[in-house]
Amino acid sequence: MAPARAVLIWAAVSVALVVPVAIAATSPQLAWREPVYIAAGFAGVVSLGLLLLQPLLAAGSLPGLPVRRGRKLHFWVGIALVTAVVIHVGGLWITSPPDVVDALLFRSPTPFSVWGVIAMWAVFVAAVLAAFRRRLRIRPQRWRLYHIALASIIVVGTVVHAMLIEGTMGTLSKAALCALVLAAAAKIILDLRSTILPARRKA
Amino acid sequence: MTRAPQTRRALILAGAAAAGAALTAGASGLLVPAKAAGLAPTPTMRGGANNYRPGAALTDRIGGGGFLMTGTVRRAGDGAPLPGVRVQIWAHTTEGHERDPESHGATLTDANGRFQMDMPQIVPAFGQPHGHLAYDADYDDNGFETVFLRPIMPSSRDTTLSAHFVLKPA
Repeated sequence: MAPARAVLIWAAVSVALVVPVAIAATSPQLAWREPVYIAAGFAGVVSLGLLLLQPLLAAGSLPGLPVRRGRKLHFWVGIALVTAVVIHVGGLWITSPPDVVDALLFRSPTPFSVWGVIAMWAVFVAAVLAAFRRRLRIRPQRWRLYHIALASIIVVGTVVHAMLIEGTMGTLSKAALCALVLAAAAKIILDLRSTILPARRKA
Repeated sequence: MTRAPQTRRALILAGAAAAGAALTAGASGLLVPAKAAGLAPTPTMRGGANNYRPGAALTDRIGGGGFLMTGTVRRAGDGAPLPGVRVQIWAHTTEGHERDPESHGATLTDANGRFQMDMPQIVPAFGQPHGHLAYDADYDDNGFETVFLRPIMPSSRDTTLSAHFVLKPA
């Protein structure tokens, strides 16, 4: 890949990841929150950003990170995502236990909670499946189907969750990051379509 | 009467009119018995009781004030305004979290069943700018069933919020 193109791609990805966090860091709401609540909020913002990286890494789309190296990093970013989700939910729990208990039991009054909780469980299931992939002897095609199905739930759940929330993120930067996350996920699903679904006979 | 040719638009319009009529009839069907039985009691809202502190003290103002919570308390059935009813109010504000004791305060309704509380500006918490209100039977001698409300502000820039109770005798 031409160096100029590589620099441009990395610059674009960096901007997409850093700008929403920077804007959230200037939110007036931070002044009225305790450190644990602030950390929980940022863990959510970071999770959304990591969801942009994951499909790009898995597909080897990032310059200098072809599929083999990209997937290795995909694994570590996956662990970071699980950690961020745990900090997000754990921090919110410490801030207001009854609100998180309501969300986890699917009886929260806020419409976005259910999307976040579904995405959270999909992250955990994906992580457990990845950890036991060899022991469970999941065949590559099956694995890809399961992993992409879970990833789709994670992406859609997270994007709806984020868009419905009035939090520290800026409306515009949040919408832009969500659009990129959806686009990156859609791209890899379309690219891998033929390897996920059973082969279709030609008419 | 001559029959107009049935166009697709006419069919859709007729369908919409019929659906509208059915909806109206259905809605009034729901409303009429409710009216006959009187004013229906307010149900407790989901999450309304979260971070409630039983027995918060009566106060004229929570913290520095600047934001106005208002509302009414009426009796189910005849809708009579209820004076002297204790209502507790709390929220995540510019001065504290919902759990903080200083974010809570109680007030009594006036002769017209109205209450109001001067409190700090409510800010979005857990994704929505919202307040909490409680009528707790354990801390009020008027003998109604406990109700918790969780009204949402249409905009987080609003400086007022109102919530209304219709209480059912216990």
